[in-house]
Amino acid sequence: MSHATAGHGYPHAKTLGDWIKRWVFTTNHKDIGTLYLLTSLLMFFVAGAMAMLIRMQLIHPGNRLLDPDFYNQMVTMHGLIMVFGVIMPAFVGLANWQLPLMIGAPDMALPRLNNWSFWLLPFAFIILGSTLFMNPAPNFGWTFYAPLSTTYGPPSTDYMIFAIHIMGLSSILGSINIIATLLNMRAGGMKLMDMPIFCWGWFITAFLLLGIMPVLAGTVTMMLTDRHFGTSFFNAAGGGDPLLFQHLFWFFGHPEVYVLILPAFGVISEIVPTFSRKRLFGRSIMIYAIGIIAFLSYIVWVHHMFTTGVPLAAELFFMYSTMLIAVPTGVKVFNWVTTMFRGSLTFETPMLFAIGFLFFFTIGGFSGLMLAIVPADFQYQDTYFVVAHFHYVLIPGSVFALMAGVYFWIPKWTGYMYNEKIGQWHFWLTVISFNITFFPMHFLGLAGMPRRIPDYALQFTDFNVIASIGAFIFGLAQLLFLYNVIYCIRGQGRKATDRVWEGARGLEWLTPSPVPYHTFTHSSEFEKGESH
Amino acid sequence: MKKPKSIAIILGLVAIGMFGFAYLMVPFYNVMCKKLGINGKPSLTPIAQSNEEDSSRMLTMQFVTSINANLSSFEFSTKTISRQFHPGDNETVLYFVKNNTDKEMTIQAIPSVTPGLAAQYVKKTACFCFTQQTLGPHESRIMPLLFHIDQSIPADINTLTLSYTLFAAKNRI
Repeated sequence: MSHATAGHGYPHAKTLGDWIKRWVFTTNHKDIGTLYLLTSLLMFFVAGAMAMLIRMQLIHPGNRLLDPDFYNQMVTMHGLIMVFGVIMPAFVGLANWQLPLMIGAPDMALPRLNNWSFWLLPFAFIILGSTLFMNPAPNFGWTFYAPLSTTYGPPSTDYMIFAIHIMGLSSILGSINIIATLLNMRAGGMKLMDMPIFCWGWFITAFLLLGIMPVLAGTVTMMLTDRHFGTSFFNAAGGGDPLLFQHLFWFFGHPEVYVLILPAFGVISEIVPTFSRKRLFGRSIMIYAIGIIAFLSYIVWVHHMFTTGVPLAAELFFMYSTMLIAVPTGVKVFNWVTTMFRGSLTFETPMLFAIGFLFFFTIGGFSGLMLAIVPADFQYQDTYFVVAHFHYVLIPGSVFALMAGVYFWIPKWTGYMYNEKIGQWHFWLTVISFNITFFPMHFLGLAGMPRRIPDYALQFTDFNVIASIGAFIFGLAQLLFLYNVIYCIRGQGRKATDRVWEGARGLEWLTPSPVPYHTFTHSSEFEKGESH
Repeated sequence: MKKPKSIAIILGLVAIGMFGFAYLMVPFYNVMCKKLGINGKPSLTPIAQSNEEDSSRMLTMQFVTSINANLSSFEFSTKTISRQFHPGDNETVLYFVKNNTDKEMTIQAIPSVTPGLAAQYVKKTACFCFTQQTLGPHESRIMPLLFHIDQSIPADINTLTLSYTLFAAKNRI
């Protein structure tokens, strides 16, 4: 048994100055987790508003709502902010809140570093956001391919480069902290393999981040020197090669998509057993599967570049290695379904989002397999089929898992239950409107509608209208999530019990609700099998 | 178990190492492309003319010229759009270049071959792309290219495209 002592209460600031000092200088993992989560929630609505503008422009052909260059800026910023400003910080926020609680640690291993990794982010986003006032903002898509971003990039590109440097630094520091925490701060008796799966998801993700964020930083540094200091890394005129940019970018970019999904796997692996009231099926295999996926993610990047004229042998290698990822992923989906099999299931909001994750992430995985096939990819490349694919893996994959995680843990954080009825409405509106928005994009892509254009041929009108209507419902439905978050923070709901969920297991549920400001201040003990 | 601080230092060094790895990829990429001949860059060293031909098969070669955006006031063209010949035939193609500015300009032509794997079989004896060219104000010039296609070129390659892009050669680091 472990003891979670109810230590000191939350600090109560008397003046505004005290309040600012508390949040700016905090080294408490719970405060920093909250800061991360609220920042990403804000960014979610900012980048979501950009998506609404994109769909408004595409609601009928020949629309003159947005200037085409501004449309390109919206597409670029929507992608950059959703990846770097929403999903990544939100998972780091969950990690900050949950990892110490789940392993019975009083805080992260390096609390001051933790404060710094968060407070770098607002500056990065201010620098990135400021480009919107420098007409034109970056307008070459979130992949910022050279030479679009070097020779032809607008002056504001330099601001984007520095924003990426700062975000990268923040991610690297955060990963170092997470690895150090999980290696050092576990409760007595908790072996590495005993760690909850969410911790494992993050442990492996942190290594991925450590491997790829410096490569991205190097790549944008090369862009910077190409733009201003006369180097020719990506400039054919000086003996460089634009294709090298794509290799470097996707060497970062492909593991990056697993950075966005592996913590989600962890969240789902906590929620599915809880609401099935069973143990996770094949626990150690789930951990190995995450490790194998992480390894494979480093050797598949060329599948983003099949049409660049890479040799046949490389196309075959990357096609097969990409398809290989379906094996460990399939194992994971199988194990989640098997965990639910003959369980005594209940369908509270976190579980609904987890099931939505299972179903629609798998569909996104299937369209990924279609894209992995080289000859098929020659047709799908740069069409709306790709847009449909990555929104199917990123929204039900990462975003649903984040929503599920927040609904799952917010009663523990705030001490109050969210409004279940609103939560259910949120889920059903989200999942239905998500499909209305993105399912037709598969058909648009197969019919040949290219991505990243502000206008399209007449025959694509009907599906685009459907997609736009779905997007507006999706956007509005997210206000229900905001409502529920505020509902919990203000304590309007029913009080949460300590265990919160009947089937919950793990050290974090042994703490009182709301969780005290300081937990596990005395060394705690862990018995094998206490976590899912 | 190590202290958090030493873990942090080790992991920090890993991160710095990966930053260096990104830069290491640049020469590695160039060497790999050169050795495997996969990115369509033909050799820039002169090679002796061929003295026998393989008359059993015919190749089609297409010639493309383009000007980089930073040289828009130049003219660059060839009258030979496409030519058929045998592997091992010595061929000459003439390119026309004209400087329409009032300044002396130095230019560099960068070749690229499609399909990429065919680049290693394009053997050039003389080429204006080997060196930078300096043209006075409004000067025009005919620049020759002397080459042959190696007889060992795989049988599945029938058509090649040789493209030259003209760049202004600034002083680069």
